[in-house]
Amino acid sequence: MTADPAESRDAKLVCRNVWKLFGARGREVLETLGPDPAPGAITAQGLVPAVRDVSLTVAEGEIFVIMGLSGSGKSTLVRLMSRLIEPTAGEILFNGRDLLAASDAEMMMIRRHKMGMVFQHFALLPHLSVLDNVAFPLDVQGMGREERIARARKMIELVGLGGREDAFPRQLSGGQQQRVGIARSLAVEPELWFLDEPFSALDPLIRREMQDEFIRLQSVLKKTIVFITHDFDEAIRLADRIAIMKDGAIVQQGTPEEIVMSPADDYVREFSRAVPKAKVVRVTSAMRPADGPEPQAGVDARATIAEAAPLFLDGAERLKVTEGQGGTLGHLHLADVIRLMLGG
Amino acid sequence: MQASAIRNGIALPRWSGWAIALFCFVLLWKFGAEQLPWAFEYPRKAMIPAARWIGDFTKWLLNEATFGLFTFQEFTRFIAAVIDFPYRIALSLLSTGFLQGEGSAAVQITPPLSWIAVIVTFTLLGLHAGGMRLAALVAACLGFVALFGQWQSAMVTLASILVAVPLGVAGGAALGVLAWRSPAFERAIRPVLDLMQTIPVFAYLVPILFLFGFGPTAAVVATLIYAMPPMTRVTQLALSRVPGELTDLGRMVGCSRRQMLWRVMVPASMPSLMVGVNQVIMLSLNMVIIASMIGAGGLGFDVLAALRRLDFGAGLEAGLAIVALAVALDRLSQAFAARRTGAAPTAGNPVQRHPYLAGALATIVIAGLAGLAVPAVQTYPEALELSTGTFWSEVVAWINVNFFDAIEAVKNAVLLNLLIPFKRFLLDLPWLGVAGLLAFAGWRLGGWQLAVLAGVLAFLIAATGQWEKAMITVYLCGISVLFAMLIGVPVGILAAERERLWTVVRVVIDTLQTLPSFVYLMPAVMLFRVGDFTAMVAVVAYAVAPAIRYTVLGLQHVDPKLIEAGRAMGCTPNQILLRIKLKLALPEIMLGLNQTVMFALSMLVITALVGTRDLGQEVYIALTKADPGRGLVAGLAVAFIAIITDRLNQAGARAARARLGLGDAQA
Repeated sequence: MTADPAESRDAKLVCRNVWKLFGARGREVLETLGPDPAPGAITAQGLVPAVRDVSLTVAEGEIFVIMGLSGSGKSTLVRLMSRLIEPTAGEILFNGRDLLAASDAEMMMIRRHKMGMVFQHFALLPHLSVLDNVAFPLDVQGMGREERIARARKMIELVGLGGREDAFPRQLSGGQQQRVGIARSLAVEPELWFLDEPFSALDPLIRREMQDEFIRLQSVLKKTIVFITHDFDEAIRLADRIAIMKDGAIVQQGTPEEIVMSPADDYVREFSRAVPKAKVVRVTSAMRPADGPEPQAGVDARATIAEAAPLFLDGAERLKVTEGQGGTLGHLHLADVIRLMLGG
Repeated sequence: MQASAIRNGIALPRWSGWAIALFCFVLLWKFGAEQLPWAFEYPRKAMIPAARWIGDFTKWLLNEATFGLFTFQEFTRFIAAVIDFPYRIALSLLSTGFLQGEGSAAVQITPPLSWIAVIVTFTLLGLHAGGMRLAALVAACLGFVALFGQWQSAMVTLASILVAVPLGVAGGAALGVLAWRSPAFERAIRPVLDLMQTIPVFAYLVPILFLFGFGPTAAVVATLIYAMPPMTRVTQLALSRVPGELTDLGRMVGCSRRQMLWRVMVPASMPSLMVGVNQVIMLSLNMVIIASMIGAGGLGFDVLAALRRLDFGAGLEAGLAIVALAVALDRLSQAFAARRTGAAPTAGNPVQRHPYLAGALATIVIAGLAGLAVPAVQTYPEALELSTGTFWSEVVAWINVNFFDAIEAVKNAVLLNLLIPFKRFLLDLPWLGVAGLLAFAGWRLGGWQLAVLAGVLAFLIAATGQWEKAMITVYLCGISVLFAMLIGVPVGILAAERERLWTVVRVVIDTLQTLPSFVYLMPAVMLFRVGDFTAMVAVVAYAVAPAIRYTVLGLQHVDPKLIEAGRAMGCTPNQILLRIKLKLALPEIMLGLNQTVMFALSMLVITALVGTRDLGQEVYIALTKADPGRGLVAGLAVAFIAIITDRLNQAGARAARARLGLGDAQA
């Protein structure tokens, strides 16, 4: 992997060489083993290496997906980012500030006002109504009743649960419960939004619906998001950038397109094989330099091949690729699109 | 074990260690008497005078101990005051009325709550928590108490329960929170809790008597010691079982420690905590009779007095009144535990918002005023009381007249052929050999720590001069447990498969468990008179409940997929029962055995009243002689027996679970 391209942009959260070893005296063992210990050497000491030497950068406003199977350390990693779990070694910078140097009280204030988290199993408080659950983080902050209720109502409205304010969690379906979880995590208007497998406990149909809802919300909110999932398709669908984890380490990170088009190893290839390339490859990757007459029809530079394909239906041989209101970046040829789509 | 055998290149079967240990034991037993007499009778000179030490220590505590700012005596007086004040209020409210002045010169300012007001208040509570059915049940229970003329005593008992339960819940929960927060504190308190739950209550009645004097205060202290430990355990367990996501949530939204506990942890574990509250209530009621020995009064005193007069009918009625109270309080607390909070109505005036509270207050005032004019409203009229006392006495007399010979024959046959030989056998064994064998079992089942524990505790029993009495306890307990299991396991197997039968059986064992243990003694004594056989019958009746319950639970918890698999392979119902169900339920049944032993031990101490000669008798004698050292030493010996059995059994169950691949055993 080359230097992280996002490092130059506004970095919201940076992890540098973060380690987490579960067990006694993790730090000492890590120091004695040197900078790049073999996994076997760690387990031999009776320690469990949950996160190994992870470095990544989450840029302002992007959806950063951490994808891995169970036991890959992704849930531990997201808890290290908010210091719910103390890292064994490494650095974590939030807005350029070293989180590990923050005192408990400072950490409490950061979590109260700057971070939000959505949990796999919703983590709703069973004794509180929907309204009180959403208002709970605000209540903890000590916000006055009128104000927090007003804000909670707005959030419930935002996630489409208006009218269910007085229901209790047990009276809601899984999808509805997670909407409450989302509303609650957004109530404090966090700068950094963690979602820990938010849709994994839901049925496939509901999961799809919630993903659409999530995309809609993000188009309005433009939060910086760290999204954990074990579902590769979900990662491809939602991510601006993906980090794939295996055995506590990051195997590859990059845009969905990079991951699918050039998987780093067989492990990643195994996941990406089943993904239709047309759904991740952007038109900018397949276009050629503009030459010849300018085509009538155009397509936005951010569109994928799959999204551009229907535009060829009315007989065009080429499409112009445009960026916003700006000029033409290049031309997309029908032959290239067909090759890519038939290639799988 | 197997691994080490393989390493040595000798493929010894698993039982070979046991065979060698048993062989050594028999060798010592049969041929050691002359060479090693001290292995059979613990030498007097090496005896640990623990009883004297404890006695001296208690005196020192009472007369000289000081914490610097205040003396120990002042400390106990402070505790007494904390208990005494709410107790007086509760008692005045329910039983005596508020008085001015002392003793016989006292003048009643206001009468106590009328019986109607109490029943209506509790019924409204039932309506509020669980609807019409619960309300009807509560009303019936309290009505029963009034109808059988137990009202006065019942209110005295209720007053002490009303004081003991909140204190026990608060204290137990506070300790539980501390144990949850600090693993070090948890490790420190766990053995104390074990002791509090295993020492027979009698054993600490005497020290309490010394420290707090005779009276209701001392009784509440004893009740607290007995009823608090489960609350601590439940609290600690419930808090540690709150899903990790919820604690993560609490931390993510930036809860302070206090917010975390009160806003997240406690509400999230409320249903489990209510189970703890229910336990405290039930255990407090269990203590009612024993507590009356040091001055609690009330229903407990009535039962005890009836037992001393051998007035079966009166004892049964007072005992059933305790059961009625227990059922009402139990169901009420369970309903509150299960109740799901709905949105509280915020509209309307105070009466509309709290209709039940308003109703109860109105009844209390109206009944109070009406009571001034009509005495029957204030006090349940004696003319309407029922008594079945004479009826029961006549039943027992009739049985004795007609079946005396048959009963006598059964009793003698069991005594001569089973009880006495077994007792002789146990008394004959060398204490050293038994201790060694127990240590060996501990080592095989749970490693050297368990071996040391079992060995040392057994040694201490011998070293404090309790060996012979302990063996009598073991013999009575062992025989009773054997019978309880012989009855309980088959009944459990039958009931586990038949939903209807199980409903009936469950009602029976629930009743058996809530019935104060003393009540068992009376029919047993009347039919079999005093002696070991009588004690055994009472113990079996009391201890059969857990044997049934755990068997049923174990069988019902067997994974249905495995049974289906067995059926698919063509197993006969018998094969399914023997090779799948019972095998997989074994760990659970072993825990049931464990509970049966604990129940048997606790009942055994009470059977001292019918003239056994075991540790229980020693404790009871110490109580009558007010000798704290003697009572505590004997009580600790009972606790040691319980702890050894419990640890060995749990280690065995754990090993069985591991062998059956059922995952981690519960701690």
